[in-house]
Amino acid sequence: MSRGRESPPARTRRSRAVREAALGYLLVLPALAVFGVFVFYPFAENFRLALYQTPPYPGLPSRYVGLHQVGQVLASSGFLQSLGSTLLFVVMVVPAGLLIGLLLAVAAHRRLRAMAVYRVIFSSTVVTSVAVSALVFGTLMDPVVGLLPWLGLNPSPPILQNTTWALPAIAVMSVWQFLGLSFVVMSAGLSAVPEEVLEAARVDGASERTVFWRVTVPLLSPTIFFGLVVATIYAFQTFGQVDILIGYSSAAFEHVNLLVYDILNTIEVAKTSGQAAVLSLALFLLTLGVTLLQLRLVERRVHYAA
Amino acid sequence: MRPDSRNGSGERGSRCRRGRASRRRRRLAARYTLLTIGALVVLAPLYLTFVSSLLPPSALAERPPPLFPLDPQWHDYVIAWTQGDLGVYLRNSAIQTGIIVCGQLVTSVLAGYAFAFLRFPFKRALFVVFLATLMIPFEVTLVTNTQTISELGWYNTFAGLTVPFLATGVGTFLLRQAFLQIPRDLREAATLDGYGRLRFLLRIALPLARPALAALGVFSFLAAWNQYLWPLVVTGSGNGVRTVQIGLKLLQGTEVSRTDVALAGTVIAVLPLLVLLVVFQKQLVRSLTAGAVK
Repeated sequence: MSRGRESPPARTRRSRAVREAALGYLLVLPALAVFGVFVFYPFAENFRLALYQTPPYPGLPSRYVGLHQVGQVLASSGFLQSLGSTLLFVVMVVPAGLLIGLLLAVAAHRRLRAMAVYRVIFSSTVVTSVAVSALVFGTLMDPVVGLLPWLGLNPSPPILQNTTWALPAIAVMSVWQFLGLSFVVMSAGLSAVPEEVLEAARVDGASERTVFWRVTVPLLSPTIFFGLVVATIYAFQTFGQVDILIGYSSAAFEHVNLLVYDILNTIEVAKTSGQAAVLSLALFLLTLGVTLLQLRLVERRVHYAA
Repeated sequence: MRPDSRNGSGERGSRCRRGRASRRRRRLAARYTLLTIGALVVLAPLYLTFVSSLLPPSALAERPPPLFPLDPQWHDYVIAWTQGDLGVYLRNSAIQTGIIVCGQLVTSVLAGYAFAFLRFPFKRALFVVFLATLMIPFEVTLVTNTQTISELGWYNTFAGLTVPFLATGVGTFLLRQAFLQIPRDLREAATLDGYGRLRFLLRIALPLARPALAALGVFSFLAAWNQYLWPLVVTGSGNGVRTVQIGLKLLQGTEVSRTDVALAGTVIAVLPLLVLLVVFQKQLVRSLTAGAVK
């Protein structure tokens, strides 16, 4: 008996604690393994890859170039154009999507007849995938079988090959696709706003517009803020629309080369993993930066009801 | 002095009420008008797609576009299913989605249980590590993940499609919160009744966490089924594990390049999810808004 001094209950308590801890690690392990291999390792690997230049021919060793490559990629006109398009895209999609979603949610908020049907319709685009949306809108915008020429909108070259109109076209499609999520989130926020407050404002003679801007929007600001962060992050990750509707052979490609598409192109076509790693880190910092910026700027003005 | 100022208060009251009633009716009409316009705009793209998929090719270019298929042609669906291989793609999507949903539920329940009920060193730090995964968009890990998959020999396999998504930070968080809401008394009563950990999990914790499980299940179904970037990167032709989303791209692009067939494929691909939306609307809304309302 090596631990003769300890009383038996203390020993069993300790061995039970050890077994509990072992079980805890065992249960956490599967998820942790997935995260380790497919989240943290590849994330960290970006920092190493960014310092090495991919050799011109496969098989040769990659060359250590330090921060030189980072500066080179970030200052390249390709990256700056991609960054510009991505930011422009965010500006076109996020506010419009949030505002329309909010308006529909306010309109559908009352307990009235047939509201359930409207709600299902408004939230329907939540389930439409990027590929489905792209095919649907690709057809609508097609110069031959699409509806745009019939509506009198027939730019030349066709809208999706048009350097001016391709990005707005993709943005319109994305607003439509984002409406469902926006509506669902805004509706959930609205149902947490006490009806008496709105009613009190109406009794005091406020018009519907005043009630909307002065009461509903301030009370909803935590939800709007949440939507803003999530939508911006989603918009940064846009890929499928560009891949299906534009593609790198399109004449408009350079103007719609959103960041994630650029990353994938750099991996698969240019096959320069070092440069792709720099772009990935740029995407990460952008996402992180927007989150922190919005936390600082908006959080201060967000109105949290008691 | 205005002429009606001498009128009895009762009459003025009723006129006022009548005025308010008609204003309310006008407002109601305006609200339904706005709702209906919104609904038409939201529905139009999918509805027109559905109608066009049933039109004969010659009617596709008709203007104004037919709003109802008078002579529905189902053969585009047959072509999409057979020549477009949509049947195979749908099966692949079902397998891929099934693996991801089950995997996420299992790993989230296990880790959620550990974080909620067990004591072990570095528990808080590990939980922070789990939440940190939410800060790293999947797109940021693409460069190395594609290499990892090919080094493991997982290119064009279900393992490559699914294993990176078998764990989720949000899911673990959801389950942990649900488990923590189980009253302490209930846990102690279960222990007194001689319930072991497994029996407590299966008989008490999981049934009580059903809303969270349903929300996670529906959400991961939606996310997995609609994945585009990753399946595009890790699948190719050959022995075929391509999912339906990639199938759609191919329908539009190279293999069977016909608009009407592509539209039929689109309808087939979106249908399972529209059913999901109508049946599980409550769970879907709950999962999408977790965190939206504090």
